Amino acid sequence: MKTGAGILIDSLKELGVEIIFGYPGGAVLPIYDELYEADIKHILVRHEQAAVHAADGYARASGRVGVCLSTSGPGACNLVSGIATANMDSVPVVALTGQVPTEMLGNDAFQESDITGITMPVTKHNFLVKDVKELKRTVKEAFLIAGTGRKGPVLIDLPKDVLTEKINPEDLYSDVPDLKGYKPTYKGHPNQIKKALDLINESKKPVIYAGGGVIAAGASGELVRFAEMFEIPVTTTMMGLGAIPAKHPLNLGMLGMHGTEYANYAITECDLLIAIGARFDDRVTGKIEHFAPDANIIHIDIDPAEIGKNIAVNIPIVGDAGQILADMIERGKPGEQKGTEWTKQVHKWRENHPLKIIDDGKLHPQSVIRKLSEILNGEGIIVSEVGQNQMWAAQHYSFKNPRQWISSGGLGMMGFGFPAAIGAQYARPNEHVVLIAGDGSFQMNIQELGTVAQYRIPVKMVILNNMYLGMVRQWQELFYEKRYSYTDLPEVDFVGIARAYGIPGRKVESADDIEESLRKAIETDGPYLLDFRIEREENVFPMVPAGAGISEMIGKHETDDKGDD
Amino acid sequence: MSQHILGVLVENRSGVLARVSGLFSRRGFNIESLAVGTCESPDMSRITIVAGGDDLHIEQIKKQLNKLIEVIKVTDITERSHVARELALIKVNADPGQARSEIMQIAGIFRAKIIDVGQKTLVVEVTGDCEKIRAIEDLLKPYGITELVRTGVVALQRGESTNPTNK
Ligand SMILES: Cc1ncc(C[n+]2csc(CCOP(=O)(O)OP(=O)(O)O)c2C)c(N)n1
Repeated sequence: MKTGAGILIDSLKELGVEIIFGYPGGAVLPIYDELYEADIKHILVRHEQAAVHAADGYARASGRVGVCLSTSGPGACNLVSGIATANMDSVPVVALTGQVPTEMLGNDAFQESDITGITMPVTKHNFLVKDVKELKRTVKEAFLIAGTGRKGPVLIDLPKDVLTEKINPEDLYSDVPDLKGYKPTYKGHPNQIKKALDLINESKKPVIYAGGGVIAAGASGELVRFAEMFEIPVTTTMMGLGAIPAKHPLNLGMLGMHGTEYANYAITECDLLIAIGARFDDRVTGKIEHFAPDANIIHIDIDPAEIGKNIAVNIPIVGDAGQILADMIERGKPGEQKGTEWTKQVHKWRENHPLKIIDDGKLHPQSVIRKLSEILNGEGIIVSEVGQNQMWAAQHYSFKNPRQWISSGGLGMMGFGFPAAIGAQYARPNEHVVLIAGDGSFQMNIQELGTVAQYRIPVKMVILNNMYLGMVRQWQELFYEKRYSYTDLPEVDFVGIARAYGIPGRKVESADDIEESLRKAIETDGPYLLDFRIEREENVFPMVPAGAGISEMIGKHETDDKGDD
Repeated sequence: MSQHILGVLVENRSGVLARVSGLFSRRGFNIESLAVGTCESPDMSRITIVAGGDDLHIEQIKKQLNKLIEVIKVTDITERSHVARELALIKVNADPGQARSEIMQIAGIFRAKIIDVGQKTLVVEVTGDCEKIRAIEDLLKPYGITELVRTGVVALQRGESTNPTNK
């Protein structure tokens, strides 16, 4: 005989789970009791939100399903924003929550919350297990749903009596039932693929717009081969960074609101847009009528609901990006590239309108990121918070590989980065994991310094400290006449706080110290915090104002040349 | 902008209706009517949804419904030859005398039934498409409708074509 909690742990082990990020409480005591001697590692975070972000970071860095655990009511509610984050970025996370005993369900019992009701709109699916017999197969089903098709978070709510009830393991339902309503399509329709190939051959100015779906599908290799075969320039979304190496000659960098000028020009001028695993988010498209206005559009996505959601598409192809690109590579005719004139034009834009960096001896965030990229040779795992820090990292780090860049895209969740970095470090223990944070977002989950200290997690924390909620301040500067309403933050002694947790750190105030301090942090065993006091009113440029077309950028390189920024 | 009748076959698990209706409100889709009940297979239910919108909108509704794990099949019944019916119960003021016999006549013309007779009221049961129900409602209005309840449309494809639960 086994308890439900024992069955749960066994099921997780069977599915290959090695680590759980969690926080205990009354409703999940039976699980914690099992964890006491289970050979699954459990990381005690300092806030449940961090548990789900860490599971999310683990999943993004590893490509596997991340698992988090919380108690009922307050614990479960603390997971919600993290679940929503994973949902918006299609990250496979399984969230386990405790629940009051089944006979108390619906009675407003102590620490009860209807967490399946609350999370319905922000999960791919969720379950309330009312019968211990269902437990094992529900766990299997949850992992299957989270980790296949368009990936996403799945929550399993576990009433306490289900966790304590004893059952003979032979009496469990163990096979996942046939999920009649869940049959993801992986193979692209051959006719659609043929039509797409014809369109590619007819086009003169094609561009690929690759999103996070390429990385989720593990299709970066296919993407690069496909682009090379037809000589098509590639621009990626923020979520797609790393899908093609930053230094690849066909890479145009990121597009959209803070994209490169050349990516946004290429999109505006192209006659064929091939969207792959990307969802035409408004931060990418700007004013939708100005987005690729003259282009035919091919849209490849595993989620049929993404196709035609925001923009009308000529050729939809539903399926797995890797398989579809492989099919296209196999069936396409190389050598007939139409790209040459076009790629020349694109290269010219790239040369004439590079991302700008200022070389005036002051401490600029762009230089910090570039130096970091240089020191790590474009490798390592870079996790960002949200705001200017995120955009500078996205723009200036030269990513070589997929799953190297971890950032909250869809929800833009401040406080995500630090715990996600913890998760990423457990997923890839041999990599350098560097958190890029703003002083605002770092303070949103700053308590995780406790977790990092307790387990000596060697995450390097790089704070780009402008003593502002920088990105909001930037909008206030540009669109609200510099009325900085509630966006300045007082000075914080981050190094002192780290020290209180026993974590070494350093405050950096001069550009001359960038390289040395970064090297020192990276060479140090264990965690390390760097507090870079950057130029306070530095902005992220170029920038497409909300609602403008993406070629209508401000802070462009050419305006700079004229000296009238 | 047109009205579509969607037949949605779902697994009969708790919370499915909340998922379906939640999806509509969350995504700003407008439900005109929604009717649910078990079907020929006990572990499944059929939901009939009437929703308005242009083609793109309806396409999105179908796709989003299909994303729900428990949704097995979504059929746009409007596009096929189909039968659709709705049931309404209408309580109408009917003083004994002239009014009462007029109401009974109207009911007869619409093949509606009088299913309750009170001192001063009648309850009329009518089935049919939305237009028929609207028509009888309009005719009964002058007498004073005190309560009206509709089930929402249920619909099936005509003839052999089915949306079977046993594939
Ligand atoms: C949880 C949450 N609250 C509010 C916001 C809105 N927001 C976006 S960027 C930003 C400022 C971020 O400031 P900081 O972390 O200091 O980074 P910086 O922009 O200065 O690099 C805010 C408040 C958000 N994205 N997430």
